[in-house]
Amino acid sequence: MANLAAVVGIGQTSYTTKREDVSIAGLVREAAVNALEDADLTWNDIDAVILGKAPDMFEGVIMPEVYLTDALGCNGKPMIRVHTAGSVGGSTALVAASHVQSGMFKRVLTVSFEKQSESNAMWALSNPQPFSTHLNAGAGGYFAPIIREYLRRSNAPYDAGIKVAVKDRLHGARNPLAHLQKPDITMQEVEESFMLWDPLRYLECCPSSDGACAMVIADEELAKKSPKPPAWIRGVAMRSEPTMYAGRNEVNPQAGRDCAADVYKQAGVSNPRKDFDCAEVYVPFSWYEPMWLENLGFAPEGEGWKLTMEGATSLDENGDIPWNCSGGVLSSNPIGASGMIRFAEVARQVRGDAGEHQVDGAKLALGHAYGGGAQFFAMWVVGSQKS
Amino acid sequence: MSEEEQEMITKVEAPVYLKYNFTAGSAPTRFLAQIKKGVLAGQRCPKCLAVYIPTRGSCGRCGVPTVEEVELSDKATVQSFTIVSIPIPNNPIEPPFIIANVVPDGANVSFIHLMSECVNEEVHIGQRVQAVWKPEDEWGYSMDNIRYFKPLDEPDVPIELIGKLTVTGEEG
Repeated sequence: MANLAAVVGIGQTSYTTKREDVSIAGLVREAAVNALEDADLTWNDIDAVILGKAPDMFEGVIMPEVYLTDALGCNGKPMIRVHTAGSVGGSTALVAASHVQSGMFKRVLTVSFEKQSESNAMWALSNPQPFSTHLNAGAGGYFAPIIREYLRRSNAPYDAGIKVAVKDRLHGARNPLAHLQKPDITMQEVEESFMLWDPLRYLECCPSSDGACAMVIADEELAKKSPKPPAWIRGVAMRSEPTMYAGRNEVNPQAGRDCAADVYKQAGVSNPRKDFDCAEVYVPFSWYEPMWLENLGFAPEGEGWKLTMEGATSLDENGDIPWNCSGGVLSSNPIGASGMIRFAEVARQVRGDAGEHQVDGAKLALGHAYGGGAQFFAMWVVGSQKS
Repeated sequence: MSEEEQEMITKVEAPVYLKYNFTAGSAPTRFLAQIKKGVLAGQRCPKCLAVYIPTRGSCGRCGVPTVEEVELSDKATVQSFTIVSIPIPNNPIEPPFIIANVVPDGANVSFIHLMSECVNEEVHIGQRVQAVWKPEDEWGYSMDNIRYFKPLDEPDVPIELIGKLTVTGEEG
């Protein structure tokens, strides 16, 4: 049985297209200092640092953890780097949590980041390989056919994706850290935006952002002494599956369903829509909200879009299960950090510290990240109470 | 301009180029050797009997090596697709163009390829297509020996049979 652990400090940078005022080191340090301040701690209080980062090619800095030791105050301290594609921010938080739950460390700092402006992340992964024709038209080009298949299976109305795009940007307008600030966005504006990868329009896709996110995770004894309410970690799970195998359900991946079942069991969740007060789920393309509503068991298969269209996931429509109150990946996407932001934002919610995008009285929430070809999954459940 | 008045240089562009020598390994070597001869070759999983192309030497479902080679048709079915409206860097294809996930007859997984000689708005899931090959003297160790897939005048494949046709295009 794992020991109890909790999030006691959260720090983020603001998210923007180009942070030209800081280096990568300056960016991660800013988030880390914010997390330490939030926890009322100093560098000396940290036993180890867990750093997460999506592919090195994104910035062209190989093994950035080596270069970032000074900036993260971990000279002479243990440091580990995590790398699981787009889910990396979530996986990193889980690795950090496990180092406390196992009793290895009492208090760790975990950080993840992306400085997309220092490279071209969209194409950094599209290297030609002879056994495949070179048509990797970015992540949108990969996911659009899967979304098309979801549309076919579910008979969802064409504008469910548009609704998500609007909803998450309205949420983002409540969050001063969010990259896209579009308080006046309309369905019409999204619908008329350029069709990039049919059926995905420009405004149905995430932006490219610079930014970093950090958390301090402490054991039960230290968490009880923390000045602000801790967010207790009630369940942690990771699953993955191969990118390609015969009969793979790309729309509703087995690994995602298994990961959710595991984390729900740990947290005693039997009805996610009812038991959670909110969720932060990795939705880089609008249609992934209805798809993940089904994959995560918030709606029966083929009916995720109904929750979206009813406004169930919207703060502004007083939905019963708001998703991505921070604005989500659709409002800010520093890839390496995006998963950790989901995990940190649900911790903010159950600490009652989410500002204008707070869900009143949030007690239990789900953080989710996915990566690769929708094949790597990381999830945690955090609560205002220990059990 | 004096030194004080100069703006601080905070960023310069320094592109990194990496050139790889690709070592195919045993299974992709078979695939590449066959496609150089204009043949689409897959491999069958000994356990679940699924046929993979381009094979990577194992079945991702069963976790076992694949050995038996299976010659596939260059006729295929559209499993899904997207109409792309932005260019691919270093690729001359002009948008809008169609990237389709196609399953060759005899295989159980799709790969992506370009579709052409079609009306973009009429492309659909279940549509029958066939490879259009480059001239034989241009064939190399590359999937690019196929220029694109074009529509076939054949009835659509029912959804439940996509990815399950035999090499002769019949129900498996």
